[in-house]
Amino acid sequence: MNMRSPLSRARGLGSSKSGTDHWWMQRLTALALIPLVIWFVVSMIIVTGADHAAAVEFISSPINSVLLILLIVATFHHGQLGLTVVIEDYIHTRWLEVGLIIAVKGAAIFLGVASVYAVIAIALN
Amino acid sequence: MATDNRPLSPHLQVYRPQFTSVLSILHRITGISLAVGTLLLVWWLIAAAAGPTEFDTVQNFIGSVLGRILLLAWSFALYYHLCNGIRHLVWDAGKGFELSTAFASGWLVVVAATVLTIISWVGGYASLGGL
Repeated sequence: MNMRSPLSRARGLGSSKSGTDHWWMQRLTALALIPLVIWFVVSMIIVTGADHAAAVEFISSPINSVLLILLIVATFHHGQLGLTVVIEDYIHTRWLEVGLIIAVKGAAIFLGVASVYAVIAIALN
Repeated sequence: MATDNRPLSPHLQVYRPQFTSVLSILHRITGISLAVGTLLLVWWLIAAAAGPTEFDTVQNFIGSVLGRILLLAWSFALYYHLCNGIRHLVWDAGKGFELSTAFASGWLVVVAATVLTIISWVGGYASLGGL
């Protein structure tokens, strides 16, 4: 006998109320990060040892600004999803677990927004 | 209901480490390291936005012995996590689960991450114009 309501079955979100969203976003951001990370590493190798003017010139080029912002967003989203799972797996004290997850998500948003702001500030300067 | 004493996975201590399980936990360790290492990117970007003086501080740190060691660890962790992540995506597609395939893909990841790290550092030093 199926105890789930037709609405609950249609939504497909299961007992955790979020369905496969976490798993799926982890994979989508992973996929996005493959080309972004390769671009980033190659770029960083080219600008190794750059002075401030050269770094600003690199960051403020429109295509680099856009790719950097995409890299930052995908990285912090992917990172906080991964760290959340690690915390859920190893921290068995509930208040500490929830507290750490909130701290990780808050730090990811703060650092991600700060990084995006830095790129925009350089690009529009 | 007592919920504190339930057996919870993963039990890292009770199993004898195997090649595949070591690679698996390395994926997590490199992931956590990369999350911390991303602070360097944040610092680099914010310093570049702040000005030449702040930017030089970051560049001097990255160029120091400690900075280079951290960057070497960071670059290997990045390549390992990237390559092993692709291995995970192949598994997600339902392929490569045979034991021999899992071992072969594992070795491929280790070799690829090592080779990519070496190539990157040769490229980085070439950009600097030598050691």
